[in-house]
Amino acid sequence: MKPTERRNGVRDGAPKVEVRDIGLRYLAESGETEALRRINLGIEAGEFVSIVGPSGCGKSTLLSLIAGIMPPTEGNVLVDGVPVRGPNPKLAYMLQSDFLFEWRTIIENVMIGPEIQGLSLKAARERGEDLLSRYGLGDFMNHYPNQLSGGMRQRAALARTLVTGPDVLLLDEPFSALDYQTRLTLADEVGVILRREGKTVILVTHDISEAITMTDRVVVMSRRPGRIRAEHQIGFPSLGPKRPSPFHLRKAEEFPGYFDEIWNELDIHIGA
Amino acid sequence: MSSTSTSAPDAAPDAAPAEASPLYAAYLRRIRLERHLVRVVQIAALVGFFVLWEVAPRAHWVNPLLTSYPSAMWPVFVDMLSKGELLYHTWVTVEETIVGFVFGFGGGIALAIGLWWSRFAYKVVDPFMVVANAMPKTALAPIFYIWLGDKYSIYGIAIAVGLFITTIMLYNGFNEVDPNKVKLARTFGASRSQILRKVVLPGSVPTMIAALKIMVGLSLVGVIVGEFQSSKAGLGYLIVYGSQIFAMNLAMMAITILAVISTVMYVVIFRFERRVLRHRQ
Ligand SMILES: Nc1ncnc2c1ncn2[C@@H]1O[C@H](COP(=O)(O)OP(=O)(O)OP(=O)(O)O)[C@@H](O)[C@H]1O
Ligand SMILES: [Mg+2]
Repeated sequence: MKPTERRNGVRDGAPKVEVRDIGLRYLAESGETEALRRINLGIEAGEFVSIVGPSGCGKSTLLSLIAGIMPPTEGNVLVDGVPVRGPNPKLAYMLQSDFLFEWRTIIENVMIGPEIQGLSLKAARERGEDLLSRYGLGDFMNHYPNQLSGGMRQRAALARTLVTGPDVLLLDEPFSALDYQTRLTLADEVGVILRREGKTVILVTHDISEAITMTDRVVVMSRRPGRIRAEHQIGFPSLGPKRPSPFHLRKAEEFPGYFDEIWNELDIHIGA
Repeated sequence: MSSTSTSAPDAAPDAAPAEASPLYAAYLRRIRLERHLVRVVQIAALVGFFVLWEVAPRAHWVNPLLTSYPSAMWPVFVDMLSKGELLYHTWVTVEETIVGFVFGFGGGIALAIGLWWSRFAYKVVDPFMVVANAMPKTALAPIFYIWLGDKYSIYGIAIAVGLFITTIMLYNGFNEVDPNKVKLARTFGASRSQILRKVVLPGSVPTMIAALKIMVGLSLVGVIVGEFQSSKAGLGYLIVYGSQIFAMNLAMMAITILAVISTVMYVVIFRFERRVLRHRQ
């Protein structure tokens, strides 16, 4: 591991999130599905890791297990060395689509987490308003979700995810519902915001470019039952020590190499 | 832009005044014209109905003793109104409807929550609910009269008529709330009761309103049937009494008032629905 690829002087220590020998089977009367088999993964504080893999290989399942919204069939997940038993306020899970509640205004939507977790609503509201203003939604706090564009809704969902003050963010294809341009812009913005705040991020995505440009390490999973097939430490030494924005990284000379390697590992057979 | 800078600060300087294109203006005119036309035809149909109701019996195209007619109902209406009887009977029916509606709907919500809470209970109860819903509840009117007496049997039928369909509708509505919204609440560590209060109930408001509409109408049906069976007051009583003594003027007037009550209830719920569902797609 090359220390130059670590930001914020975060040093290797006990991992922030550790996945140990996890396996998961979905049980149904019609049969059982082995979704994950013997997954091991360590993620350090402040690290950005992405997970790519063919559809149905268990990426969302893995995030749900880390988030503690369902228990694994085998193995366990540790956060700060403590086994996960249920949803943990240190972790926030941003689902694939925004799922804003249409009956709540934007600021009320942001407040759902603090309400559920019983945080101080006054302090949370200030934090929420601050986040929304920073994401350019200051004038839309009292609007309803159906009055916002897709990109704005996704930013509101990000504010909702961050308002509870989590250390670790689990992002499940957070930009997949957006058009290509909005997606690139928002990925850039979000990357900058999260790195500045020193969050630990696990990003699930179908988009290899997004994985390479947004994260420090790309984990490639194989088809079902999902296993870890390969891991790639991503670095851009040609661009100097300061990491440029994801958008610019697409033009880095290292980019095509990573892309081809990961593409081949995904063994997507066109026309197969 | 004028030099006096009195324009609103948020108005874009070069923005054209919000003026519709001729095409759009014509389109709007057409829509408005159609809307007026619909209104006019509706009113004409209503007036035509009453005119026909007035003319046909008087011209002896139909037997006036069987159909009555508006101008014959009018003296009865004025007479009963002045004695306060009309308001009394109307209020009795309205009050019974409200009681039946509130308890039927409240009971339906409570039952639906219970079934949502326990899937096991739902599986056990499901076939019974379906049968109970298919049963004609009005068949119970005589039994309720014996069990509950003249006043409470009316409440009983009004509740029974709407209870099961409300429960079934609401339960289905609860389950139709996007499971991903539930999952979202769970990512924040929501308990089952928090999921209920913050996601499932507010998420099924459209279903609740749909159930409300059905329930109001059914309560009125239950009340009238109950009054047919047992009561000493109410519009249902006036209808039965009027037809028994062949006072068609009285019976027809009571039915007309029922139509007015139904209309008022519909308008109230319609307004309520528009207000509540304003922000939902
Ligand atoms: N609730 C469930 N019951 C039964 N099987 C399930 C359930 N959820 C997921 N699965 C199965 O488990 C496997 C992994 O699903 P998962 O949603 O984790 O995949 P994924 O990698 O996130 O896919 P995608 O990229 O399409 O989002 C799939 O084959 C799916 O059919
Ligand atoms: Mg998925």
